Amino acid sequence: MSDHHTDLLIVGAGPAGMAAAVTARRHGLSVRVVDDQSAPGGQIWRAIETVAATPRLARLGEAYRAGVDRAAAFRACGALYEPQSQLWQIEPGFRAFLTRDGRARSVTAEAIILATGAQERPVPFPGWTLPGVLTVGAAQILLKTADSVPDKPVWIAGCGPLPLLYMTQLLAAGGRIAGFLDTTPRGRVGAALRHLPQGLGRFGDLVKGLSWSLALKRAGFPIIRHVAELRAEGDGRLESLHYRTQDGREGDVAAEVLLVHEGVVPNIHAPLALGCAVKWDAGQHCQVPALDRWGETSQANVFVAGDGAGIGGAEAAEPRGRLAALRVATKLGKLRDDAAEAAARPERATLSRALALRPFLDALYAPRPQVFAPADETLVCRCEEVTAGELRTRAAQGRPGPNQLKAFTRAGMGPCQGRQCGYTMAHIVAAVQNRPVEEVGFYRIRPPLKPVTLGELASLDEQEPAA
Amino acid sequence: MFRKLHDPGPATVTVHIDGRPVRAEAGESVAAVLLRQPEGWNRTTPVSESRRAPYCMMGVCFECLVEVDGQGSVQSCLTPVRDGMSVTRQQGRRSLSA
Repeated sequence: MSDHHTDLLIVGAGPAGMAAAVTARRHGLSVRVVDDQSAPGGQIWRAIETVAATPRLARLGEAYRAGVDRAAAFRACGALYEPQSQLWQIEPGFRAFLTRDGRARSVTAEAIILATGAQERPVPFPGWTLPGVLTVGAAQILLKTADSVPDKPVWIAGCGPLPLLYMTQLLAAGGRIAGFLDTTPRGRVGAALRHLPQGLGRFGDLVKGLSWSLALKRAGFPIIRHVAELRAEGDGRLESLHYRTQDGREGDVAAEVLLVHEGVVPNIHAPLALGCAVKWDAGQHCQVPALDRWGETSQANVFVAGDGAGIGGAEAAEPRGRLAALRVATKLGKLRDDAAEAAARPERATLSRALALRPFLDALYAPRPQVFAPADETLVCRCEEVTAGELRTRAAQGRPGPNQLKAFTRAGMGPCQGRQCGYTMAHIVAAVQNRPVEEVGFYRIRPPLKPVTLGELASLDEQEPAA
Repeated sequence: MFRKLHDPGPATVTVHIDGRPVRAEAGESVAAVLLRQPEGWNRTTPVSESRRAPYCMMGVCFECLVEVDGQGSVQSCLTPVRDGMSVTRQQGRRSLSA
């Protein structure tokens, strides 16, 4: 292994990336792991090494505590770990370009596992750009990494396991909740129940979810069901919020912080930039990479593991990471096919158990229709400040797709590169043009995956090969 | 808009936000410190110059951009604090000198 080259490059040091690294090292591969964050753990186990040594560990729950051993095993596995490194381009072959501490460089590898996880689904509504509106995930990261909670009683709006978990953790930490605007539409429980039989193997998770709900009910803050519409208001910061339920009940409340969450979606920018085929996942309402049973994409030797492969949570991410690593070991001649198959069997069983409850959760917490059809005045593209109304007007002129609309309006052209507006754009185009959203597609993703300065580019210590 | 639940004690460092010294805990992000300040925002947008604050805390939304030690458009949620660090709220478009 030279300084620049490893057998395997893993992008992301969360559950999938760490599990892949440990497995790949066990089979004798040289491994480099690059990650945005300053410590291993991904989003679920953010700051796990720091928090492990404090009394705060206990109040963050069992699933968080599980990260202590995983981070230790990862640290000990012998992978070259490069924290605070942003990946911004991968060329075929593979050469990956990274920035760390304001300096860019490139590294090479025979195979790549993208374990870049998920992001929260953007939830556009009027006023969602005001300071004071954050995601529930953001607040949970603040709790884990900075032991910080909203100063005043906080409003939380959305649905899914994460708001329930965060509210439970927040109360345990001594935080206060002003109210929960539950956006789960009416009738969802019935629709979800038909998926329950296959999820009964995850009885423990169901009990955990119910116990959170009951504890939150007992905590005594208002819980308003079937909230369909939100509006945040204030002069330069959040001051009040307005909500409206499906049956027309409305409310105005004072608020300093509003946390929103409508599920998570895979980070697909890196696979898209590499030309990996993606498909529409109707159950999870997002694009997912097309993968074989090892996690290999349509591009040979490029794998996706973890929530980037489709939302499954940490327990699914780990076997997915190990499966990808086993296949890389086979392809690079370090492991026989039959040995890989034998090692894969228990991993696939673990994966299928971990995913058993997912169809139930996907049906119960499917995003309400308003998430994809914000009011005209809503800023869809936060970076370039393009409204839903402008996109609707433009989408009706001719039959432009997301990339034409990006050129016309600058939506998706800012620093986040469509991570916040991509799906809203796709749904607006689909609705205006009366097309299925899966046919509309997504922005074409080009390098750099993260903004790079000219100074950083100039720091690349590379010579063009002589012509 | 946020508050810290414990006193960092010996892990306390000092960062300067728009020139004002502020206590922070070694290892936490600049964005976490900014969210504890009374101003509650960290930049104004290039298009309408409206105020923005950290939104996702995981590096995907780019709302938390600030100037750190003279370098513009730094993602403060991905940047741990350092003792003596200078953080400047970012106004409008990034200038060529920043």
